[in-house]
Amino acid sequence: MQEPSRRSSAETIEFREVTKRYPGSTEAAVDGLSLEVPAGEICVLVGPSGCGKTTAMRMVNRMIDVTSGDILLGGRSVRDRKPEELRREIGYVIQQIGLFPHRTIADNITTVPSLLGWSKSRSSDRADELLELVGLPREMRDRYPSQLSGGQRQRVGVARALAVDPPVMLMDEPFGAIDPINRERLQNEFLRLQAELRKTIVFVTHDIDEAIKMGDRIAVLQVGGKLAQFAPPAELLMSPASPFVEDFVGADRALKRLALQRVRDIDLWTVATCRAGEPTADVRERTAEADLDIALLIDGDRRPLGWLSERGLTGERVRTELRSPAEPIVELDDILRDALSDLLASESMYGPVIDADGEVVGVLSMEVISHAVGSAPAEVPGATELAAQEHANGAFDVEGTDEE
Amino acid sequence: MIAAAVIAQSGGFVRNRGGDASCVANDGFCPSWIADNLDRYWAPLLEHLYLVVVSVGIGFAIALSLGLLAHRQRWLIAPLTGVTSALYTIPSIAMFFLLQPLLGRGNTPAIVGLAIYTQVIIFRNVINGLANVPEEMVDAAAGMGMTANQRLFRIEVPLAVPEILAGLRIATATTVGLAAFAAFAGAGGLGQKLIVASLITFKSNVVIAGGMVTLLAAALDLLVLGAQRLLTPWRRAVAA
Repeated sequence: MQEPSRRSSAETIEFREVTKRYPGSTEAAVDGLSLEVPAGEICVLVGPSGCGKTTAMRMVNRMIDVTSGDILLGGRSVRDRKPEELRREIGYVIQQIGLFPHRTIADNITTVPSLLGWSKSRSSDRADELLELVGLPREMRDRYPSQLSGGQRQRVGVARALAVDPPVMLMDEPFGAIDPINRERLQNEFLRLQAELRKTIVFVTHDIDEAIKMGDRIAVLQVGGKLAQFAPPAELLMSPASPFVEDFVGADRALKRLALQRVRDIDLWTVATCRAGEPTADVRERTAEADLDIALLIDGDRRPLGWLSERGLTGERVRTELRSPAEPIVELDDILRDALSDLLASESMYGPVIDADGEVVGVLSMEVISHAVGSAPAEVPGATELAAQEHANGAFDVEGTDEE
Repeated sequence: MIAAAVIAQSGGFVRNRGGDASCVANDGFCPSWIADNLDRYWAPLLEHLYLVVVSVGIGFAIALSLGLLAHRQRWLIAPLTGVTSALYTIPSIAMFFLLQPLLGRGNTPAIVGLAIYTQVIIFRNVINGLANVPEEMVDAAAGMGMTANQRLFRIEVPLAVPEILAGLRIATATTVGLAAFAAFAGAGGLGQKLIVASLITFKSNVVIAGGMVTLLAAALDLLVLGAQRLLTPWRRAVAA
């Protein structure tokens, strides 16, 4: 009985020439879709309404059957499986969440375990474990869905989908019914969870920003169920395959790319740092070699104090004469888009970058950022990578026990 | 003709047992007569209760089964609604006489007739209750691997309970009233005290028998309501 943290290995999902035609319709809903989602990655299906993204997702667990072609989970065709058995092995989260109002939270979470005939105690333990995983207090287990906020219900929906630790999850606009502020938070929480769980996920949304944020790979579908492009987010933004994709990702795609990178991911400018009392000749020499032609005054712990003025270098020794404060100070873990926003807000062309200890490691400038936007997409990590970095950096904090 | 026979049968009901003689002679409302004769009404009351419980019980079982069947086989909804509605329009006295050639006289035709009248109300509420279960819940249930039967009995029926039991309440109240006419089929119950020509004008009798019918309806209604609350604790859960 004691196998609560059994991690089933994620499986690849492969669409092979999948076509769906509904009876009485001449147009295909999904037309010859071929793509492969590597194990442990989030594949976002995105596109305008009527592009067949939900249909494509629902064919994975046979809520809809393919007309032709095949879908393979871990190399095994879904067509050979009994639909009910297949579905119990696939996590399922829908937009309206669909919690059962007549069942307690614990009973909702253990829906699939009860279908599989788990013992009461094993189910109960699993419910507690999952509540903790999604950041809900254990006292919630005996409440009914109507007693929870929208965000809490959404978390229960995710917990329910994870109940038997399925290798594959299907998520149909899972954050669609949540207000924008909570949506952002739930998205971040989910990415952190995914960084830990590494499920293979098919995620449907109509929102390109959500697709870019959540996806390791994005499949852009156009009306008629045709695949317009299948690529990691950065590549999609960098080199849209067609005018349709270019239009769909939006005119601000360069800015969107910035949301995918952290300051630590790009080459920063070097800067000459100096302390008060140092020989000015040394500082002038170092400044000449650095990317930036002014020196940064730092304290004994290498924390930035401000930009040294010309007058500070007039004597033998460096004097504390600042031309401007060292603002904004950017951190290595900042998202590039946020760092750019800081630069714009402080009307500064550049700012010192500090590491986790507060020590100066370089300078971020507008030029550096614009260079990063033009860099090769291979250097840009996906959503799970970003979340995993954050996770590794100890930024995993469980929020959401609050009422919304 | 048969009605006359019924009345003749029950005509032996004695007015002259106790009470204020002049009040009774005037068909008045006589508390002293009521006090002396109340015991004569307990047996008809229990018979009445029996008729209602048995006929509603059978009627509920049939209508629920038909409703579940029609929920799956949707083409059945229209014909079943039509048939049950048509049966409901048959006047009750006619129904009780019509059943006698087939079923004889007594409780059997009464119970069959009363059960028939419950069909339309319960059937419609079952169908509507199941149809009103939000689609996303059925979708979520299917998506998690519930079979059609599991969806029906674990999700759809429990969520339709409030509407199904609302139908049961109306059916029960209606049946308590209709059961008074079951005396025309030769069944017992409080109807025996109400349909007899020589007694219907006697205010004391009408007050007791009529009052008992009303109280019985109210009591059974509360009983079903209590069952509904017991079966749907989730509906009383309030946001914490």
